[in-house]
Parts: sequence; C-alpha cells; structure tokens
Amino acid sequence: MCSYIVEKARLYGVAKGPNSAWMTVDTANVYYDHPYEAQLDHALCVDFVCDRDGARERVAIEISRESALDLIEKINAALASGDAAHAQAAACSLAGSQAEVERLF
Amino acid sequence: MSYRGLIAETVKFKGHNGDEGEAYHARPTAPGKVGGVVVIMHMPGWDEWIIETTRKFAHHGYAVVAPHLYFREGTGNPDDLGARVRAAGGVPDDTVMGDVAGSMAYLRAQPNSNGKVGVIGFCSGGRHTYLAGCRVPGIDALVDCWGGNVIVDDPKALNAKRPVAPIDLTDKMTAPLLGLFGNDDENPNADQVNRTEAVLKKLGKNYEFHRYDNAGHAFFNHARAPAYRGEQAADGWKKVFAFFGKHLG
Repeated sequence: MCSYIVEKARLYGVAKGPNSAWMTVDTANVYYDHPYEAQLDHALCVDFVCDRDGARERVAIEISRESALDLIEKINAALASGDAAHAQAAACSLAGSQAEVERLF
Repeated sequence: MSYRGLIAETVKFKGHNGDEGEAYHARPTAPGKVGGVVVIMHMPGWDEWIIETTRKFAHHGYAVVAPHLYFREGTGNPDDLGARVRAAGGVPDDTVMGDVAGSMAYLRAQPNSNGKVGVIGFCSGGRHTYLAGCRVPGIDALVDCWGGNVIVDDPKALNAKRPVAPIDLTDKMTAPLLGLFGNDDENPNADQVNRTEAVLKKLGKNYEFHRYDNAGHAFFNHARAPAYRGEQAADGWKKVFAFFGKHLG
C-alpha cells in the first residue's frame, strides 16, 4: 500500500523496551502496510512509543492480519473475563467474607 | 571475465537546504569514467535491501548513491527512524527533491563521473523518482519501480508534505522514463498505471512501461519472500540495466 495512514491510540502504561528496561508508553502507532522485517506482504504493525518523551525508542510488532484479529479477540475476551472476575472479587470484599474470597481464588 | 571490484561505504552528502546527511556510496574500483545512479529508498527505509541494491548497481559498473532520506530524525536504527517518519506523516516532497539533487551533485563531483546521472526508486521512491523527473533538473534517465500515488484519486491525500500529485507535473518531465509494475499491485493498481501511461503518451514523453503478471508490489525484493517474484524480477533487472546502459553510458 505504501500509505502514510497511521491510527494513534492514546495509552497509559509501560512497555518493556530496549535493553530490557521498562519505558513509559503514551501512544500506539497502528498501521497496516508493508512491514520492515516480517515475511509478510502486509502486516499489522504497532509501535508503542512515548510521544511526550520524543518517541526516540519504541517497542514494535509486525504481525499478520489473522494474528491481529485473533489478538483483538483475545484482548476483548481477557478484558471481559477480567472485568467479571474483578466485579465478583469487589463484591466479596464488600461482603467481607473470607470464605467467599477463598472460593474465588 | 572476472568479477568487478567495488568500494562501498557510508559517506556524507549535502541534501536539501544544505543539510548534511548520510548516504551509502558504492562504485567500481576500475579506472575510467562511469555513469551515476541515485537509488531512492522505499518507504520502510534505508534497509539492507536498498544497500544491497546500491552495491548491485556498482557491480554493474555505475557509481551509486543511496541517500538516507530519514537522516534528519537523528541517529538510530533505520527501521526505528522509518517508524518515526511514518508516525509523523512521511517526509516532505521538497526535502526529498533537495536530497536527490544533492545526491546527484555528489556523484557529479566525483573524479570517476562521466557527467550522466540516472535516478531509480522503489515504492514511495518510485513516486519520488517520477516527481524528481518533473522537478529536479539534470537527470538523464528515470526508473520508477511501482511508485504509488503518482496519480492521486482522493484529494484528501494531498497535504502540506505532498501538495501535488506527480502526474499533474508530467509536462515538465524531460528525461526518459522506464516504469516497472506488477499487475497485482494495489498501489499503483493496473488502472492507475494505464492512466499514467496515457498521460505520458498524450504529452509525447519518452517512456517505456513493462507490466508483470503474477507480481504485486515490491516484486524485486528478495528480502520479503511473499512479495518476491524471481522470474519477473530477473526480467525487470534486465530492463533496468539495458535502460541505464542506453542512457548513462
């Protein structure tokens, strides 16, 4: 495609970057185009960067379209199941029952 | 025959606005004057395939410069600089044209220059090549390898960095143009290639286009296995060397 189309997601978090150090990330640059390294004609690429620090370093992935769709599905599934579990845990905490918490974990 | 010896190294060159940047420079070691070639990198950046391609031209008897078009992003791995440039919306056309002109001047200033310089570009570099043919004086031959966005169908794709569709400047093109395209490419697609050819033909330009079946974008690029098409690439390279041989000798 050779486009310059980049979707930007605003993030709050960290990523493990160069030299195995954790770095703050505030942006994910997402594009679907020719990759640099992956043996794919087109790849879904994500560069996790910290724009506020100048985006000099990045954590990058180049994955196939199918992989990207699977990843989206798994992220949604993880969030859904996590939300449910955390809601249950919160309810238990409120009830204050040690037995209820033990049943959960 | 024995294989031609060559020297390849990273050099400094003066680009747009006199900015000093890095370029990869390869040339034959044999004495004598040779034609020059500027290799304009593809959008992923100044990668190993571009560097190999630079040496390939030297192996075929040319003095070659491949400017690192993302050098203004500072030091770092070429892929990281490419990611940064992409996130910022690409490099401005004006900057690239200045860097191409600077690369040509570098080649012509070398003692082995025969005074002739061709320009070849791949992917976005193909578009830059077409644009340089319309904007940069003194080019002796142009090779556009699957440059996308020469024709801009969506006006929203024009912006401050890329304000003009290269096709609209075609009347200013003076050098002969060789175009190589894969019929399965999406950008440029077959219709856009046909429309580009129609404009060149209408304006009486010196051009030759070759289209390849079962090939898409970047079909020369053996570093990207899904895109590479050996048979089509072999024929395409023959076309490139015949073209440069005719115009840069």
